[in-house]
Amino acid sequence: MRYLPHTSEEIASMLEVVGVDDLDSLFSTVPEECRFPADLDLPVPLTEWDLNAHMQAMANDMAVSPEYKVFVGAGSYEHFVPASVSYLLGRSEFVTSYTPYQPEMSQGTLQAIYEYQTLTARLLGMEIATASHYDGATALAESLLMAIRVTKRKRVAVSSLIHPLYRRVVHTYFEPTGYEVVELGYLENGVTDLTDLDNMEDLAALAVQSPNFFGCIEDFQAVGEKAHDRQALFIASFTEALSYGLLKNPGSQGADIACGEGQSMGIAQTFGGPALGMLASRKKYMRSLPGRLVGQTKDLDGKRGFVLTLATREQHIRREKATSNICTNNSLCALAAAMYMASVGGTGIRELARLNHDKAEYLKKELKSAGLAITFDNPTFNEFVVEFPAGFQAAYERLLEKKLVAGLPLAPYYPELANHYLLCVTETRSKEDMDSLVREVAS
Amino acid sequence: MKESLGANGLILNEPLLWEKGKKGRSGFSLPRRDVESSPPGQGLTCEGPDLPDLSEIDVVRHYTRLSQWNFGVDTGMYPLGSCTMKYSPKTNEKQANLAGFAGAHPLLPAALSQGVLRMMFELQQYLAEITGMDAATLQPAAGAHGELTGMLLIHAFHKSRGERRSKIIVPDTAHGTNPASAALCGYSPVSVKSNNQGILSVEAIAEVMDKNTAGIMVTNPNTLGLYEENIHKIAETVHAKGGIVYCDGANMNAVMGVARMGENGVDVMHLNLHKTFSTPHGGGGPGSGPVCVKKELEPFLPVPRVMEENGIYRLSEDFPESVGRMQAFHGNVGVMIKAYSYIRSMGPKNLKKASQLAVLNANYIKERLKGTLHLAYDRPCMHECVFSDEYQTAHKITTIDMAKRLMDYGFHPPTVYFPLVVHGSIMIEPTETESKEDIDQFIEAFKTIANEAGSNPDLLHDAPKRCKVRRLDETTAARKPCLAG
Amino acid sequence: MKEINELNMPDDARYADDHEWARLEGDKVRVGLDDYAQDQLGDIVFVELPQVGDSFKKGEVFATVESVKAVCECYLPVGGKIIAVNTALEEAPELLNKSPYGDGWMADLDPADLSEMDTLMTHLECLERLKGAE
Repeated sequence: MRYLPHTSEEIASMLEVVGVDDLDSLFSTVPEECRFPADLDLPVPLTEWDLNAHMQAMANDMAVSPEYKVFVGAGSYEHFVPASVSYLLGRSEFVTSYTPYQPEMSQGTLQAIYEYQTLTARLLGMEIATASHYDGATALAESLLMAIRVTKRKRVAVSSLIHPLYRRVVHTYFEPTGYEVVELGYLENGVTDLTDLDNMEDLAALAVQSPNFFGCIEDFQAVGEKAHDRQALFIASFTEALSYGLLKNPGSQGADIACGEGQSMGIAQTFGGPALGMLASRKKYMRSLPGRLVGQTKDLDGKRGFVLTLATREQHIRREKATSNICTNNSLCALAAAMYMASVGGTGIRELARLNHDKAEYLKKELKSAGLAITFDNPTFNEFVVEFPAGFQAAYERLLEKKLVAGLPLAPYYPELANHYLLCVTETRSKEDMDSLVREVAS
Repeated sequence: MKESLGANGLILNEPLLWEKGKKGRSGFSLPRRDVESSPPGQGLTCEGPDLPDLSEIDVVRHYTRLSQWNFGVDTGMYPLGSCTMKYSPKTNEKQANLAGFAGAHPLLPAALSQGVLRMMFELQQYLAEITGMDAATLQPAAGAHGELTGMLLIHAFHKSRGERRSKIIVPDTAHGTNPASAALCGYSPVSVKSNNQGILSVEAIAEVMDKNTAGIMVTNPNTLGLYEENIHKIAETVHAKGGIVYCDGANMNAVMGVARMGENGVDVMHLNLHKTFSTPHGGGGPGSGPVCVKKELEPFLPVPRVMEENGIYRLSEDFPESVGRMQAFHGNVGVMIKAYSYIRSMGPKNLKKASQLAVLNANYIKERLKGTLHLAYDRPCMHECVFSDEYQTAHKITTIDMAKRLMDYGFHPPTVYFPLVVHGSIMIEPTETESKEDIDQFIEAFKTIANEAGSNPDLLHDAPKRCKVRRLDETTAARKPCLAG
Repeated sequence: MKEINELNMPDDARYADDHEWARLEGDKVRVGLDDYAQDQLGDIVFVELPQVGDSFKKGEVFATVESVKAVCECYLPVGGKIIAVNTALEEAPELLNKSPYGDGWMADLDPADLSEMDTLMTHLECLERLKGAE
């Protein structure tokens, strides 16, 4: 087997040094009652060539671009990734290295993640960012726990227009803690209803997503003011990081913590994972941050270098008092995001974000002309909600057969919006794709 | 090879991204604009983030140079104890990059996602088989996330029986993520000491196990590289008081096909796909931490669960007692594909062989280095062995000095200063993918360094000399953190 | 790491088992970490001090001291109310290394029960204990 280099001569000579007769005898300390006497019931090994065929067959049984035109976002976005980024991400010195605990031989990873932290902080308008979390949902859960640590309060308020699956993850994390999560409803125009806040005491944080799950842009300035009025931290959440290429970023609107999903920055969708949890905050909360942090320093010769720092927050030192249990994070995904942001650049990201926005506006306009109702009267970025006529589900299924995915039905997440669908348009959908969709749904 | 593995070589300096580039450069092919401009309302937009503008070659040279400052498994031996830095097969990368997988949206109807759902379903079955358990979830993103999932399952289990236990037993050799994960679930860790053989004794567990203790978190084999021989009786002791046995499966590489935790009294355990199952570490992730459980805990598994009926796969949330969701979507599918490919490529006999050879390699190193370094426990080890710097302290040389000097010899250092129970510990895990000649070279290097400790200790104090940078000032980095440029 | 005979243990202070020191200064008691503790910890990077006005019993955690790779919880050697903290340690935690009994002091307190000072070790008793542990 090509991954097992030992020859039988080598095994024999090593067994002699160890002082046992055979490989089984190496396990003398495993008591008899602990041993597994049989063979594992797994399929016989495939050659590399059979594996290729097997995996290709499974990959073919999937609905993806360019064959399918998918108009769905909802936390996972189809964006073009330059060949240069995919190529660089394959460099095995990045891929096969471990966490940079020995910084002298890991300066590549360390400088790259320091750059990622910086670019992410700039994208979100915040002072500092961590080295990555698992995804936008867990980044939100960690942010809420961080606010609870900082304020020493036990209640958080969360908008019901934060991605429904993010809220489920928050509830999962909060279930055994005794902390309280209060959900805020939404207004007719598709943004969070903040009025209940006036009656809330002892809030650790107020978390709102923008663009929200309906694609609508929230008034972060107002949200921040409400939060600070109640001495709570303002947590700005997001699922589409690209939106900050065009829209006002959380930092400029008073966010204390900004957290969300960075998958749009050069990471393949791959059925939802691995993703990229981005988390950034004000510098004053630095020592309460969960996750790894890379810092700049000097070596013995005075040369610039980078190290993991503020490790006393983390599990390997603080154990049960750590700011999080996170160890392995999503470093290679953070690297992909940095490479992507470096390639797109400041000028390019604005153009790309504008293109996303304008394409979605075009689809909106065409759907309206075709007689369909846009559910929420509010500015959006690259996602919006449309109301299809009652009984549309059958048409939706027919369109799937035509390899057209006409949005995400909202019924499972918002039962009151049974005939409403969340549509997403990124730079990957052409005018022809959109015209085709409009034609099909209008008929 | 007679000369040292570590050599001098020309690598280039490379500035930070924002120290290069010029406004207006681009490394991205902007897609064709086929719709009219439609600017958002006033007050919604901004100038755009302050990101540098770089050309494609700026970016390619930048990251090519940075990569050359790194040492990976593909560069050389990386014997980090408890990390299982085995070779990551390249065909696995190819499979994960197949367009049908890479371009898949997680929320499409199941009928459009059969390929990936089948992969996940089969992987669940393989992992349950390897661990001797009844069911699995692939949702957790990493080992620590799997531990948290396990803690949530235990919490839900006790709650379903109308109980609210507040403590959990954690051995003194446990990885830091264990008590941290327990604390996230509201449990207070109760520490127990390992005995002088380096393993847990039944008496120590019996002393602390009571009806207010939710269970125990064991690592088996443990972080000293030793099999927890008393695990059966320990499990009985915990079960007798209604507790659950959680196993941290980080060290599974020692026992695939040899022992199954499900048959050792374990009720719930996590696996690290990025350790045992060869997926690459990526400089700190992404990993994947599936959790396998016995029947009693199955109702509490996170949703959605991958189900199969007559060859058709679907995702189901129809589990009212589920703890909920650990990630927004279904877990680190890209990582799962690599582990799946590995298991399909190895097959059952080779997986067992891998464990046997991993244990052979570790015992071989133990025997050949035990005169040179102080061996913490002079007994058969599993896939890793633990030494200390006791023999070198007379020369005022510590573990960290030897670790730094190893770099100059072309090796990544082993894990140092963990587990905490051994002072100045050096944990060496070669894995099965290191050949005898590479291991012999490693042993020679360590012996040379031990000699240098006596004859010329400054070589160690000043090490490393051959890397991109010399030792770094971690004190100033922590006193005056500079986390962004 | 210093040898035992290199340690500085002034005779005007008393010492707790965990290497905190306490010194009577008029009505108040000043506390800090002793030379052995700072030497063992290595370069101190961060000190988390209590708020003025907080009260602690003898033996309660009142502060934490961090080096790059370790965290040390500090137990108050004598119970009382905190009346001052050494804010200089915020910008210059290294003061605790350089001058653990002088500029690196941690907190001043209004003691609840001065007799608790007598339960602490003298500098000689503390040194004997360290020698015995070798």
